[in-house]
Amino acid sequence: MSVMASTPSAPVKPKSNTRLRNTLTFWAFVGPLALGLLVFVYIPIVWGFIISFFEARQTVTPSQFVGLTNYVDMLTDPNFVKALVTFLIFAVFIVPTTFFLSLALALLVNNTTKGTSFFRTVFFLPTACSYVVASMTWRMSIFNGLPFGFANIVLGWLGVAPIQWINKPDPPYFWIVLVTVRLWLQLGFYMILFLAGLQEIDRALYEAALVDGAKRGWQTFRHITFPLLRNTSVSILLLSLIAAFQAFDEFYNVLSTGVGSSSNITLARPPLVYIYQVAMADQNYGRGAAGAFILVAIIIAVTIVQGRLFGLGRAEA
Amino acid sequence: MSPKTITRRDFLKLTAMTAGAAVVAACGGKTESGGSSAAGGAAITLVQYYHEYGEEGCAEASKRYADEYTTVKSNVKVDRQWIPGDYGQKLNAALLTDQAPDVWESGPDAARYKAGICADLTDLYTGVKDDFNPAVIDASSWQSKIMGIRMIIDTGGIYCRKTVLDAAGVKPPTTLEEVVNAAKALTTDKQKGLFLGNDGIGGVFDQSIYASGVKKLVENGKVVFNTDRAAKAVSYIKKLNDDNSLLVGAPTDWWDPSSLTGDLAAMQWCGLWAMPGIRKVIGEDFYVVPWPKLDDQGAPSTFLGGWTTFVTAKSKNVDAAKAFAKWLWIENTKNQQDWSLSYGFHIPPRKSAAASAEKLKSGQAKEMWDAVDKYGHDESPFWTGAMGTALGNAAANIIKNGADAKAELDAAAKTCQTELDKVLA
Repeated sequence: MSVMASTPSAPVKPKSNTRLRNTLTFWAFVGPLALGLLVFVYIPIVWGFIISFFEARQTVTPSQFVGLTNYVDMLTDPNFVKALVTFLIFAVFIVPTTFFLSLALALLVNNTTKGTSFFRTVFFLPTACSYVVASMTWRMSIFNGLPFGFANIVLGWLGVAPIQWINKPDPPYFWIVLVTVRLWLQLGFYMILFLAGLQEIDRALYEAALVDGAKRGWQTFRHITFPLLRNTSVSILLLSLIAAFQAFDEFYNVLSTGVGSSSNITLARPPLVYIYQVAMADQNYGRGAAGAFILVAIIIAVTIVQGRLFGLGRAEA
Repeated sequence: MSPKTITRRDFLKLTAMTAGAAVVAACGGKTESGGSSAAGGAAITLVQYYHEYGEEGCAEASKRYADEYTTVKSNVKVDRQWIPGDYGQKLNAALLTDQAPDVWESGPDAARYKAGICADLTDLYTGVKDDFNPAVIDASSWQSKIMGIRMIIDTGGIYCRKTVLDAAGVKPPTTLEEVVNAAKALTTDKQKGLFLGNDGIGGVFDQSIYASGVKKLVENGKVVFNTDRAAKAVSYIKKLNDDNSLLVGAPTDWWDPSSLTGDLAAMQWCGLWAMPGIRKVIGEDFYVVPWPKLDDQGAPSTFLGGWTTFVTAKSKNVDAAKAFAKWLWIENTKNQQDWSLSYGFHIPPRKSAAASAEKLKSGQAKEMWDAVDKYGHDESPFWTGAMGTALGNAAANIIKNGADAKAELDAAAKTCQTELDKVLA
């Protein structure tokens, strides 16, 4: 019996109409997204960069070139600098708190033997809530400063007098309002990321460690779980830091209390809120755009430094 | 018959159709008349913006005026748009685009006049200019042109619950020191003495500057609010905050009288517009006084505010828009009185319309009208948003952070002068 030698067949050249159909299909899927990105993201970014070098008051088609004046103005503006400091304070509170609480929630949910899906869903649900709605609820119902506000009722049971939560810098109770609303909104999302990371860890590693005498709990967490969550941890640190830089909704809605009554926002005005005021209230689009690009530069620099320090994307050793 | 399945091609078609429909829907404005195209054969559609007035009935009234105009000018349809939320910033964004409203309301703003956003309305005033309150004409004037038409005059004061003050033996305050003392005396476990706004400042920072006898700007292009007397006057607001006699964190802000009528505060800074609502709940149980003077060298103060109608200079239908603005806010006395007096209380800017406003001729409403005539300060058109931000930052630093009042006013004045020089350049 002869054996036919198998020879590799030459690749079949697709017919031209198949190629055309593939190309059309590709653009049918990608085209709308690419067009949307171009019109609503890339062109505004380029346009914003251009007007940041112009005197653009009450217009987005300016003609007076002013070089770096808008950048210098923003960097020497004490309110913008104060806004950057506000961001730093916020980040110092929110990034580590988010990290550890979402990790703790993920560990608890991961180790629950009953109702895992229920708890995962319950903790994730607030992520679906609007920042504006949550902020209004925090300001008007929970921390409204009146004796019948929820937080003050609870304090009243403990014999504590009602607190004006969002009006005074000293003591800075408003940070409790701002930090708790953000934690409520975002912990569930980061918990899901940690859960995904936890489920990637090979169970055999724990079994081997237990055979070698390791104790469940802190020892396995310290030497197995936490090191193997490195990439997830770095991603979460990075994402929560960028989210802190982008803080706007809860600050604007908790601290701006109404028409002609908006000085509370100066207690903690993050950079985006200040840029929004400069551009939209003061109608100085040139300075607003310059502020936005300064913020972008800071976010890029911090991301690069953080990536280098924690080795994001580096291959596992 | 086999069940019909959706092929990938069908799915793509459906997706494209849905996206197309969404795009078409998104391109339309928010209208209550079923779209932005002209109806009933009207050749011209004018888009008119209003901010969301709080008084019940205003939205319906503004729509009624718009519809009524089509019965007068059959070739024009007015698409009245009621803009909730942050009206100013939505308006600013719209004015930058080709979709800018033809007719809109806002405050006097020389930067807008200078940028050529507002059409010149001087010719609409022929024969009637003298019938307008001179202050509102000044506020809309720019290089000998009149750029807007005042729709209403608003003013405000401190509303005081008569029975609460009388029971505590407190008189309505006449000086800033008396405000501090009265607020303190009226504060109890259940009620705060005074409500200025949820930030503890509201709209009285500017009024305190005026109460010291100082203006913010003067006609020769100088910023002049940074005086020792002004610093002393604004320090009283800090004292009110430090004494814990102010209500903060109320469900609504200073422009709504609920905190006064709901017994959350014994006194409240609020507008004339709220008087009918206050009467409905507490009858005549209130005094109302302007923001008190600093001392005998100063004077009581209140705002001579209100909304002004403008026409977009680059509107494709600028003549039709001007004709509509003239019909509604200059010629139509009936609608002007309806707008000023049927929903909340405002003073009609035309003297003839105001003179026949019976509801303003007696009691506390008359007292407020007299006060605005004597002590009212209209915002200068040269006072821009950037200047407001600078003074607002100073206010917050003085009152919330305890910064030196004179130093903060000096810093704000420097910023404002730079801005003013740019507007005047």
